[in-house]
Amino acid sequence: MPDKQPLVSVNNLKKYFNVGKNLTLKAVDDVTFDIYPGETLGLVGESGCGKSTLGRTLIRLYHATDGEIWYDGMNLTKDLTSRESFQFTRRAQMIFQDPYASLNQRMKVMDIIAEGIDAHHLAADKKEREEMVVELLQTVGLQREHANRYPHEFSGGQRQRIGIARALAVNPDFVIADEPISALDVSIQAQIVNLLQDLQEKRGLTYLFIAHDLSMIKHISDRVGVMYLGSLVELTTADELFTNSLHPYTQALLSAIPLADPNLEKSRKRIVLQGSLPSPINLGSGCRFASRCPQMMEICKEVSPELIEVSPAHFVACHLADR
Amino acid sequence: MGKILQVENLHVEIKTELGRIQAVRGVSFDLDKKETVAIVGESGSGKTITVKSVMQLLPSTGSITEGSVRLEGKELTTLSEKEMLKIRGSDISMIFQDPMTSLNPTMTIGNQIIEVLKNHRKDLSRDEMKRRAIEIIDLVGISNPETRFKQYPHQLSGGMRQRIIIAIALACDPKVLIADEPTTALDVTIQAQILDLMKELQEKINTSIIIITHNLGVVANIADRVYVMYGGKIVENGSVEDIFYHPQHPYTKGLLAAVPKLHEKTDKLFTILGTPPDLTDPPKGCPFAARCSYTLKVCRQYPPSFTPFGNHHESACWLHDPRAKRMINEVRNAG
Repeated sequence: MPDKQPLVSVNNLKKYFNVGKNLTLKAVDDVTFDIYPGETLGLVGESGCGKSTLGRTLIRLYHATDGEIWYDGMNLTKDLTSRESFQFTRRAQMIFQDPYASLNQRMKVMDIIAEGIDAHHLAADKKEREEMVVELLQTVGLQREHANRYPHEFSGGQRQRIGIARALAVNPDFVIADEPISALDVSIQAQIVNLLQDLQEKRGLTYLFIAHDLSMIKHISDRVGVMYLGSLVELTTADELFTNSLHPYTQALLSAIPLADPNLEKSRKRIVLQGSLPSPINLGSGCRFASRCPQMMEICKEVSPELIEVSPAHFVACHLADR
Repeated sequence: MGKILQVENLHVEIKTELGRIQAVRGVSFDLDKKETVAIVGESGSGKTITVKSVMQLLPSTGSITEGSVRLEGKELTTLSEKEMLKIRGSDISMIFQDPMTSLNPTMTIGNQIIEVLKNHRKDLSRDEMKRRAIEIIDLVGISNPETRFKQYPHQLSGGMRQRIIIAIALACDPKVLIADEPTTALDVTIQAQILDLMKELQEKINTSIIIITHNLGVVANIADRVYVMYGGKIVENGSVEDIFYHPQHPYTKGLLAAVPKLHEKTDKLFTILGTPPDLTDPPKGCPFAARCSYTLKVCRQYPPSFTPFGNHHESACWLHDPRAKRMINEVRNAG
């Protein structure tokens, strides 16, 4: 894939939040990666690692503090004209985590889905608008009669389908899905994941799929990035990450996933991380994982490791790999 | 013998604006000493209501309409609230899903543990209670217990709060610990710590555990036996090995197939079509009939009874009936 031109190119992206007197929360700190057209890049990490902030910065819901985001030749981090900015909203869309909170309760499904169509004048008249909405509903596995109902009349899985239809209404190339299935039941999760995969095949979509469920990330992603406390610690293909992970954090994370296999669960060796995530406010120098790393060295406390390509398409930010 | 908890033919109804929800419809299960039993099911399957009935903690709109709950042979459903207060927290404890909301934000950690001791261990002096509280904080793996004793919940991380909740639940060495989605709100690395902690404490204080979860990985990690619930009923139960390696009920099979495997590559996940039944008007027959790929006519008409599969493994499905098997064979041969 790397011989293709990336669709999204993120260079040294930083997003800091001011959280009071001289306190800075470095939610995303110096992150660099590319997303290629047609691929699914999975982003994993525990809560507070900055994965959602990264997604929201990419889609310009947050202003980047520093660094660059290139989208198909357009620099998103410089001040876009309102026209450019508006056009970007047609090319990139987002699917949110909570299907209960992300749909306006007072609007009918028809109007929720048609919001983008109206804003971009994609329908010539009322009839065409209705046809487009019905087609979108059918694409995501709902029916014509659902258009005239309100969000509260639907189950969680159905609402997530509405959220997907809403995102697809403007025919985007790039979709950021921020934990799209974590609020859903197991049997419904599989339905939504299959739907997202079908849509990708049919429409040639590019996904940034943010989740904390590693089994699901492996299933859906071509490549996976692992985040820890605002930095990208490892980035490689899904198969490589799950068979040959190099960063101690990735290894610990993988060993912590409970697997639906009792014998395996009893026999496997866990790397148990001590303590919990340190506060991302006013971090010192050095590797961010040093305080919990089972293989910490002297250098880790002082120098923050860079993300380097240790083998083709396998990037790691760790002093252990840098030798 | 040795059964610590026995629930038989439990029926629970909840009144809502939309009508009476028959949340639990004839659930029976038991729990041995030192055993960990998992109740698995999707939201709305009735698993939380089932254990809340055991604790007699149903909302005021809910009531047990039939069935019995016995703790070491003692019937709990007929006890008064006052008698139940003595049992809750000392004989049976419960930990809830959300570590952010189940602690009192205005009380120190120490006082919240002492509160339980005050109710159930009146023999202890104030100093002994404090010592015991610090001992328990230490037991659940939190460093500097003396400092933590004086702190408030907001000063702790999510994982630590869940440890404190476990500490409170275990303060009186309960015979049964009920854990309702104890790790759902936590990150995977913290989840692994909490599961290890629960197993370790079970060894130390010989408690039996009922864990409710929808995460099959958690079940595989911690449970000895599993009950699978769907539409207010138990559809299959057996040892954790039976359920994961030899599932019999189509719903159990579907649930297992819907989870992506880490070590296998599959193109498409198996899905169970449709959504769970509406329990204000529950289906007459098998609760899963509307979503099952093998539905027979009989499935919609009559609820199936349990068919045994070896040792303590049973599944409620019409397909196990010899008549259904004969019919399927006939259809196959004809086709």
